Amino acid sequence: MSPIESADVVVVGAGIVGAACAEALSADGRRVMVLDRGAPAGATTASGEGNVLLSDKAPGPELDLALASRRRWPELLDTLRDELGERLADVEWESKGGLVVAVNPDSVSPLRILTAAQREAGVEVRDLGQAAACAMEPHLTTGVTAAAHYPGDAQVQPVLAATAMLAAVRARGGLVHGGVEAEGLVVRGGRVAGIRVGGTAVPCGAIVNACGPWAGHFSVAAGAPIEVLPRRGMVLVTAPLPAVVGRKVYAADYVAAVSSGDVDLQVSPVVESTATGAVLIGSSRQRVGFDETLEVEVLRRLARSAIRLFPVLAGVPVMRAYGGFRPYTPDHLPVIGEDPRIPGLWHAGGHEGAGVGLAPATGRMLADLMEGRRPEVDPGPFRVARPALMAEVRT
Amino acid sequence: MNRVVVVGAGPAGLAAASAAAELGVEVVLVDAGAKLGGQYFRQDALARGDRFALPLAVEHVANASVWAVEPVEGGHRVHVRIGEADDPSRTGRVLETRALVLATGAYDRAVPFPGWDLPGVFTAGAAQAMAKGQGVAVGDRVLVAGTGPFLLPVAVALAAAGARVVEVAEANAPVAGWLSRPRGAAAGTRRFPELARYAGMLARHRVPYRTRTAVVAAHGSDSVAAATVARLAKDWTPVPGSERRVEVDAVAVGFGFTPQLELAVAARCRIEGGFVAVDATQGTSVPGVFAAGELTGIGGAELAASEGAVAGAAAAKRLGAVVEPPLGAMARVRSGRRFAAALAAAYPVRPGWTGWVRDDTVVCRCEEVPLGRLLEAVDERDLWGVRPLKLASGAGLGMCQGRVCGANVAELVGLDDGVFARRRIAAPLRLGELAGAASTAEEAGGSPASRADQSFGQDLG
Amino acid sequence: MRVRWDGVEVEAREGQTVAGVLMGLGVRSWRTTRGAQRPRGLFCGIGVCFDCLVKVNGVPDVRACRRVVADGDDIRPQSGAELPS
Repeated sequence: MSPIESADVVVVGAGIVGAACAEALSADGRRVMVLDRGAPAGATTASGEGNVLLSDKAPGPELDLALASRRRWPELLDTLRDELGERLADVEWESKGGLVVAVNPDSVSPLRILTAAQREAGVEVRDLGQAAACAMEPHLTTGVTAAAHYPGDAQVQPVLAATAMLAAVRARGGLVHGGVEAEGLVVRGGRVAGIRVGGTAVPCGAIVNACGPWAGHFSVAAGAPIEVLPRRGMVLVTAPLPAVVGRKVYAADYVAAVSSGDVDLQVSPVVESTATGAVLIGSSRQRVGFDETLEVEVLRRLARSAIRLFPVLAGVPVMRAYGGFRPYTPDHLPVIGEDPRIPGLWHAGGHEGAGVGLAPATGRMLADLMEGRRPEVDPGPFRVARPALMAEVRT
Repeated sequence: MNRVVVVGAGPAGLAAASAAAELGVEVVLVDAGAKLGGQYFRQDALARGDRFALPLAVEHVANASVWAVEPVEGGHRVHVRIGEADDPSRTGRVLETRALVLATGAYDRAVPFPGWDLPGVFTAGAAQAMAKGQGVAVGDRVLVAGTGPFLLPVAVALAAAGARVVEVAEANAPVAGWLSRPRGAAAGTRRFPELARYAGMLARHRVPYRTRTAVVAAHGSDSVAAATVARLAKDWTPVPGSERRVEVDAVAVGFGFTPQLELAVAARCRIEGGFVAVDATQGTSVPGVFAAGELTGIGGAELAASEGAVAGAAAAKRLGAVVEPPLGAMARVRSGRRFAAALAAAYPVRPGWTGWVRDDTVVCRCEEVPLGRLLEAVDERDLWGVRPLKLASGAGLGMCQGRVCGANVAELVGLDDGVFARRRIAAPLRLGELAGAASTAEEAGGSPASRADQSFGQDLG
Repeated sequence: MRVRWDGVEVEAREGQTVAGVLMGLGVRSWRTTRGAQRPRGLFCGIGVCFDCLVKVNGVPDVRACRRVVADGDDIRPQSGAELPS
C-alpha cells in the first residue's frame, strides 16, 4: 500500500456491510478507502446464505430497517448495472419469496399472530393452509399444519453482491485493500484524524468499524469498546439437484431461534436452492467464541430438521458443510452510528444473520447520518450509546 | 479410545497397522476398498481371496468411507460409513481413538488442456486401476502423458491389459537422464528396481518414450478420436510448429500427485508446503495424530511403508506399549526422503502448462467453469482469497469440491491452494445417513435405542 | 451374475465395478453434465473426481468407479442433476 494515500472515510472490513457502507459513502462523493485484514468478502460474507428476509422479523426497528433495505436492494442493483454493466451486476438476485411452515399444531396460532402483526407493519404476507403450501412447494412434507407466504423475501449471492459494490467503489475512485490490518486510530483533539495501518498512519476524517463478528475486537483496539460477539452457524450443502425447493422455506420456530440469546445450540431448519442447484440447509446458532471445530451433532440435527420439511432430501448427497460467525449483539439490534466517545469513529454491524439483507439500508443510514441528512428509518434504536452495547452506559 | 485407528490400507497404512499390532495393541484398519493394498498394491478385484495377511490383532474394516474426523477430549472421533459405495443403506460406525494414523495417500494431478473433459481422457491412475483391478484397458490406442516415473508402470499395465500404447510423453527431461535412457539409467538406482523392469518392457513393446513432450489437446466430438502432442521448452511452453497429431482413442495423464489432506486438515494438523508436517516419529502437530505415506510428501511405496512402520510403532507407544525405537525404519525414512526430494526436483510441474489452456477450456470439470470466466471473476471483482474465488466463479464448488481443479485453479490465478483442502465433509454421504448417524461411539455401540436412531433416515417415509 | 444397463441385461462378474462392467462393454460415457449437457464417464478411476456418476437402482450420484455391482443391479445413465426415485 502506498504511504501517501489518504481518504475522507476509511471503512474497516470489506464484508457485505462494509461494502454497502463504502458504496453509499462513495455515492455521496466521498473518497473512500476500504481495508480488510483478509480477503474482501472472504469471512462471514462468504459463509452467508444471502438472506434478504422480511418474514423472520417481528414488528419493530429491525423490521423497519428490513423493509427499507428490501426496497433499496433493486435500486442498488440498477445503479450497479448502470455503472458496471450486466455481468458484474449479476449477483444472483432472486425475488423468490419465502414460505414459513408450521409442522405441529402448537405452532399454528403463534404463526398467525406473527403474520397479523407483520401485515399491520407493512409486510406482504398470505396465510396458507396445508394444501396451498404443498401446492406451492410440491416436495414439502404433508405434515404441514399451517404456512405463511412472503412474496417479498429474496435471495442474493453475498460474495457477488459485496464484490460488485466494492467494484463500484473503485470505479468511483475509491480504494479497496485486502490483507491489510487496521491497528488502531489516530486521534487528534479528541476526534479521529487517521488510521494506523502497517506501521504508518493514513489520514482520514472518519472511520467505519464494519468488522462483522470482529467488530468488538476492533472497537477495543480503537479505544471505544462495544459489545459485539460471534455466534457460530453451520450450513450443509447438497449435491446439485433439479428444482426441489422453490422458495426460501423454513420452520416457524426459526423466528424464535433468531431472537433467542441462548448460548446453547439452537437448530431450526432453513432450506433453499441456489443458482447452481445445490440446496443450502441451515441454520444453527451457537455461542462458542471463534471456535471452528466441526461438531457432527450439529450437522446431524441440521440434516434431520431439513428432512422433516423435505423428505425427498433424505436420499441426496451432502457434499459440503461450512461454518461461519455471525455478529451478535445482546439486544439483537444492529449498531449504526457515530461513537459518542470518539467523534469520527462510526460503527456499522451487529446484524447477526441478517447482514446481507440489511446491508443496503445500513449503508444508506450511515451515509445519511454522516451527511447530516434525515434517514428514512429512525436511527435511534441503532445508536451506539445504548446499554446493551456500551458498558459505560449500563452504570 | 484405547486402540490405534489407521485410515488407509495402502503401503503406509498396512505397515502402520502391522507394526502397531506386533507391539500388542488393538488396531482398526479402515479402508475404502474391498481389498487391502490401496492404489499401489491394487489387487485384481475379480480374483478370489486377498493376497495380504494382517496380524490377528488388526480388525480390517473394508468398504469404509471416513466422512469426518472430529477432535474430542483426549483424542479423535472417526466417523465411518460402511457398505456399498454411495449407497443410502450403508451402516455407520464411530471409532474413538487416542492414536490416529492417517495414511490416506494421494491421487493423480491432471492439468487441464483443450479437450481434457472428453470421455476417453483419463488420469494415469484410472488407467492403471482399470487395468490391474478390473482387467480392462481404457482404450485400444492409448497416449500416456504427463510427468514422473509413475507413467512407466501405467504404460506397462495398459500394454498388459491389451492396449497399444502409442507413446509415453514425459514433459520433463530429467537430468542425469535416469529415465530418458530407460534401460541403463533406471538400473542404476536401487530405489525403484521395478522401474528398470518397466523401462525394459516398454522397450520390448517398442513404445516410444519422449521427453520434453506433452499432450496439449484432445480432439473428438463425444469421445477422444485424436490428440495433439507438442515438444516443450524447458518451462513447458510448447515449441511452435512442433505439434503432431496422434490417432488415439484414449489419453492417460498424470502430472504428479495431490495428497488427500482433508482428514488431516479436519484433525487440525499443520500443513507445510502442501503436505502434512511430521516429526521423526511421524507425529503431526496434533498430539495423537500420525501421518504416513504420500500425505507427508510424494516418495513412493517403499518410503510410505517405512513411514507407516514408524507411525505404527509411535501410535502403539502412545497407547502404552513398550517400544524400542524402530531405528531401521527411521533410517529408511531418512534416505527415502532424500530420494523423494530428488524425484520432486526431477519431475516438477512447470508453469508453461498454463499456456495450453484456452479461454474456453473447462478448468473446473464439475461446474464446467472455463478459464475465461475464472479470470474474468478474478480481474473484475478483484478477488484475493480462495473462498470468494470459489463463490464468485463457481470453480471448486461442485461434487469433487476442488479435488481435481484446486491446485490448477490456485496456480492459474496465483492463490494458495490450501483452502481447497478444507473439506469438513471428507466424503459425501446421503442426508438421510447423516440424519441417522450416531454422533458418539457410545451411541453407535448398539443399545437398541441407538440402533433405532440409526435407522432414522428410513423412518420418514 | 447379471445386471441391467439402460434396460438391457448384461453379464457381470463378482468384484467388477460399474465402471468395469460399462468399460468392458465399450461404453465410454454414462452421464451428461448439468450445464452444457456434455458426455462424461470415467476420469480419475479412484473415487476422487465424481465425474463417473451413474444411477444404480434408482439412486443417482453413485460413483461408477467405486461401486461394485451386485446381481440384478439396475444401472442407468444419469442426466445432469437427478433426484432419487
